[in-house]
Amino acid sequence: MIEADWIWGLIGGLLIGCGGAVYLLGNGRIMGASGIVGGLVDGSGRSTWVERISFLAALILIPAAIAALAPTPATTHLTENLWLVGVAGLLVGLGTRIGNGCTSGHGVCGISRLSPRGIVATLVYIAAGALMVVVLRSFVGGI
Amino acid sequence: MRNMIAALAGALFGTGLYLSGMTDTQKVQGFLDFFGSWDPTLAFVMGGAILPMAVAWAMTRTRRPVTGGDFPARPDARLDRKLIIGAVLFGAGWGLVGLCPGPALASLGFGGLGGIIFLIAMLAGMMIAPKARRILDTPRTAG
Repeated sequence: MIEADWIWGLIGGLLIGCGGAVYLLGNGRIMGASGIVGGLVDGSGRSTWVERISFLAALILIPAAIAALAPTPATTHLTENLWLVGVAGLLVGLGTRIGNGCTSGHGVCGISRLSPRGIVATLVYIAAGALMVVVLRSFVGGI
Repeated sequence: MRNMIAALAGALFGTGLYLSGMTDTQKVQGFLDFFGSWDPTLAFVMGGAILPMAVAWAMTRTRRPVTGGDFPARPDARLDRKLIIGAVLFGAGWGLVGLCPGPALASLGFGGLGGIIFLIAMLAGMMIAPKARRILDTPRTAG
């Protein structure tokens, strides 16, 4: 970790939390990325689709604009193995909708209200993620 | 009004994800790499995000959402099979390439082909999730 990384992490985290607070206090809803997208995909959020699209449009376009204006090009360092990417995407989509939440919903919004489900889910997905990284390191030879 | 609030929340969320470095899969996998060169940045992001959210949850006790309606019901304390299985699948996908739904959307503008493939696979996973939930809901017979 570069020294300034944790400061940017904290600043970014505060902004993420402020986004969640705005969504909760303004619209009375939990800001969970997988829930907002998932409701559009499976039709369960049809009655609130405009609000969901508004959220997603800003979530996609604002970082794209910042990246375009930034002096250093943004990179995601995503693996070039597109099969791995596809499998991971499928697991993330399936898992977040079966378990009803992801890092933002269970993690940020759940832990902050001391929700037992949010706390347990977060511990489980971090453990599963850590295990996967160990597997990648041991058998595939690097992440 | 609800759509404006949703867009503001999405903008704050996206900016926070970008600034914190969470759109960089190396930093996310670095956090999950507890037995390697551990990168604690994600913990700072989580901590920073939980602070304003905890304040927001405290505020929900004495007021109503700005746009009317009610706040989410008290968290359900019951843990079920779907929560755990979902979190395991999500965590596995998350560890595999270092993307979860929020950052996958926030990095779409600069994530290249891999980012698009991840998103399409994630949407496909979300589409089949209701079927998987129904299967998990059916009580298993002994033997």
